[in-house]
Amino acid sequence: MKKSFNKWFPPMLMLLMALWFFGNLQAPKGKGFAYAEFGRLPLTSNGRIVPLDSLARNSLLQIREKQTINLEPWKSHLDHPKILPATEWLANVMMNPAVADEWPVFRIDNPDLVSLLKLPEKDAEKKSDGKHYSWNQFQPVIETLEKENSRVQKVEPTSRTAYENAIVKLHRSLMLYAQLRNSVQPADARDWPAELAAFVKLIPEGIAAVQAQQAGKAFNRDNLAAFSAYISRFQFMARLEPPLILPPSGKGNWRRMGDALLESPRSAGVDGSIQAFARMAGALAANQPEPFNTALKDYRSLLVPTEAKALNKARAEMFFNQMQPFYNAMVIYVLAGLLAVFSWFNLSETLRRSGVWLVWLAFMIHTVGLVYRMVLEGRPPVTNLYSSAIFIGWGVALLGLILEHLYKNGIGVVAASVIGFITLIIAHHLALEGDTMEMMRAVLDSNFWLAVHVITVTIGYVGTFLSGFLGLIYILRGFFTKTLDAATGKALVRMIYGIVCFATLFSFIGTVTGGIWADQSWGRFWGWDPKENGALIIVLWNALILHLRWGGIARDRGLVNCAIFGNIVTAWSWFGVNMLGIGLHSYGFTQSAFFWLVLFAASQLAFIAIGLLPVKWWKSFKIRAV
Amino acid sequence: MKKIVEFFTSLKLTVALLAFAIVLVFIGTLAQADEGLYGAQAHYFKQWLVIGAHVFGHKIPLILPGGYLIGMLLLVNLVTTHIYRFELSAKKAGIQFAHAGIIVLLVGQLSTDLLSRELQMRFIEGETRSYSDSATDYELIFVAGNEITSIPRTMLKPGGEIKIQNLPFAVRVKEHWHNTDINYRAPMMKNAPPLTTNGVAVNFDFRQAEDVKELNSKNVPSAVLEFLTPAGSLGTWVASDWAGDPSLVEAVRNGYSQMGAAMAQKIAGLLVAPQIIAVDGKKFTFMIRPLRVYHPFSLTLLKANHTVYPGTDIPKDFRSRVRIDNRQTGEKREVEISMNHPLRYGGYTYYQYQMTAGEMVERSGQTPSSVLSVVRNPSWLTPYVGCVLVGIGLIIQFLYHLIGFVSKKKTP
Repeated sequence: MKKSFNKWFPPMLMLLMALWFFGNLQAPKGKGFAYAEFGRLPLTSNGRIVPLDSLARNSLLQIREKQTINLEPWKSHLDHPKILPATEWLANVMMNPAVADEWPVFRIDNPDLVSLLKLPEKDAEKKSDGKHYSWNQFQPVIETLEKENSRVQKVEPTSRTAYENAIVKLHRSLMLYAQLRNSVQPADARDWPAELAAFVKLIPEGIAAVQAQQAGKAFNRDNLAAFSAYISRFQFMARLEPPLILPPSGKGNWRRMGDALLESPRSAGVDGSIQAFARMAGALAANQPEPFNTALKDYRSLLVPTEAKALNKARAEMFFNQMQPFYNAMVIYVLAGLLAVFSWFNLSETLRRSGVWLVWLAFMIHTVGLVYRMVLEGRPPVTNLYSSAIFIGWGVALLGLILEHLYKNGIGVVAASVIGFITLIIAHHLALEGDTMEMMRAVLDSNFWLAVHVITVTIGYVGTFLSGFLGLIYILRGFFTKTLDAATGKALVRMIYGIVCFATLFSFIGTVTGGIWADQSWGRFWGWDPKENGALIIVLWNALILHLRWGGIARDRGLVNCAIFGNIVTAWSWFGVNMLGIGLHSYGFTQSAFFWLVLFAASQLAFIAIGLLPVKWWKSFKIRAV
Repeated sequence: MKKIVEFFTSLKLTVALLAFAIVLVFIGTLAQADEGLYGAQAHYFKQWLVIGAHVFGHKIPLILPGGYLIGMLLLVNLVTTHIYRFELSAKKAGIQFAHAGIIVLLVGQLSTDLLSRELQMRFIEGETRSYSDSATDYELIFVAGNEITSIPRTMLKPGGEIKIQNLPFAVRVKEHWHNTDINYRAPMMKNAPPLTTNGVAVNFDFRQAEDVKELNSKNVPSAVLEFLTPAGSLGTWVASDWAGDPSLVEAVRNGYSQMGAAMAQKIAGLLVAPQIIAVDGKKFTFMIRPLRVYHPFSLTLLKANHTVYPGTDIPKDFRSRVRIDNRQTGEKREVEISMNHPLRYGGYTYYQYQMTAGEMVERSGQTPSSVLSVVRNPSWLTPYVGCVLVGIGLIIQFLYHLIGFVSKKKTP
């Protein structure tokens, strides 16, 4: 009985988690407004075709660091605050701002900013959590914010304080929100379908009045005033440069609503897509699901003949958003890591095997996400900082599983799950900066070099991080526990050595191919640019480790400590150089990461310090000596 | 002798050099924030001995071997080890390959450093160029009819006097500023007296400025000169790259565009108005301009094309359509140069570098223009060779280890 339990528990656990994952795939089907269907509509944002769902999620990530909105943030989670999906929020911002403007969507973490803007502090009675505020709450203080922002804009981004960063972030969020409010209708519209109809009716008379005025003849003042009022509202919409929500009319690009409305008196007039959005807006504002859903359906069938490709692309990306492969993989990695770490202490083979099975599941979901992204983008897996984090986690998980397969000692599986988890957390935070599938700038627009150089260099990162992490395991288990027996210790050292060799190969080839790419596009092989230097330091450091090992200068613990230092070197190259804000590669600039980088480096140095302590203090070695 | 060989072939030397290299590259990277990319290159990498460093805005006293010294010693270390420890065996083959590749890379970089030349070619649509400009180097030239006399910048020493046979006067260098700012002296706002009352200085103020640090900006040199004839002084004049480099003139024009197109045009016109000195009935004009390198062929910019992703200002493509015109070979053809697709022609490689083009530019009425980076690097192939050698070497070496490792695992 026990034997068969031990045998079947791990696969059953994996199956359970897999079912959980597939259960999450189902889109919630609500009655009423077909928000999910609305989220599948394509538009052009950030220079690419996306579903409205992506626009909604990316916007919410930037504004409140979540992909959903909590309407009652002052309530604890136990009281079940009302939470809305991103598309429902976006639909209301675009077409029903009277309601959406009351929702507390803007997140402020800086208390100085809260007091500057005289916003309410945390007080459940007054329905405030001291962190989330609505568009309407900013209206009285918008001038104060504008003034501060224009001052802060003159400060170099690298030398801004936390408060100043909060100002810039809030201002950017408000701008984004203002764009969204003006992407379907003028945000000040009271009854958009009626206003649009009135505008269409006014067009001939309005044009006549304008022409008469220009010709110096008598004209109808009321018509002219009404017409130019419309025009200036549309101009305001267009000037905000919101996403391009309307399909191309004939050939050409997708269009902004504001531009299309401005264009309408001159050309064919107000076309079906503009009308369809107006119908949706009217229905939403009047809280009538039926006509909304019909208008939505009509709009879709309008797109089918010419925009089938965009519809498919949007549907595919919406499914990807819904699947959240990286989030789900992250959850499973945590579970797997916990099981596998416990297996070190009671040496339970069942726990270890459970960990392995779960890591396999997480790795498969991770892989699906990675490949799906590649197909959506039509690019190799690493195109920006975000995807490099995803890829590093994936690579380490793969190598960890291979090591586990070779050694079966619970070490590879822990490395795989912990680093998989950490890199996905990092990716999650990088996603807060906006669209993670942004278009490639002209310099980087070369799939060949992205595949050859960026992938190999990132695999080099994978190797150095994995060897460094194995080093951490050696010290944690050796110094603090009695579980590092002679065989495990030897195995760990051999793993580290092997992985360092692997890292040397890939980081070297990655660095040199980077030079060759630079030679192809800028005319110089090596320019001492910070990112190049970062990669070079990784190569030099790995070469140094190997030479120390070959020369017998570094033995087991020396190798371990060097490998851990490799973590700092790699983190520096991955994130640190981007913080210098100089050079040709500095497009991946991140701000808050600096604190974490310093903390990470300090923690690694602490481990190295422990690693240097005399052997007699190591718990594992004491046992062995006896 | 044996001791010297031992020293140069020792693994400890390799380790020490690698460690120094890591420290140097790290500090040299940090210092770029303070010293700029070119400054840091000269201070740390293209240097034998580094004295003092900038880290996070602080000066730190230290002495380090510079890039040249480390590279040289590493090269000697590698070559001597190669010679004295060479061993023809499967076990060592990978190592030999890898180190041979490193030698190729080091030698290649050294020769690139010594032999390569970086120039630029700027033109607006329709223009033809048969020369390239240096990005960093410049010259003072005197033109009399078809006769051009060039004085390299190294001769422009403040306080010095330059006498050249072709010129019937001596040039006294009063000031030579490596980088300068320029300001139009608007008629109502002449606060300080002008530098001199001759030529361009009447309408413009030139002030010394700090050297630029950004990668894509350049220093704009100016010099204050006095011309001396046996009969007496011809007065003090200013010669500036601001007037000699068409792209800078364009920048000045754009800088004053808010005063209206006509006014901006007038200011630009004042800037490039020839400064003339007459000696014995012979007229000379003079200017500072980027150093020129002439090619035996010409390039004509037919079309500069800059596209962005729809609804954004993210650049999608920069593309110059160019006609090559080679009178010697009778070759006449059109090519496209874009990011990641350079043109290799006549010993030079032409890369798309900068561009002022696209919808916005065309709407504002400017003529689109393009800047090509022109590079001559005879050793451009060495990185390819080095990379392949090291790659093969490391793969052989690690496969050798891996096979040993796996077979050991299988026999308990």
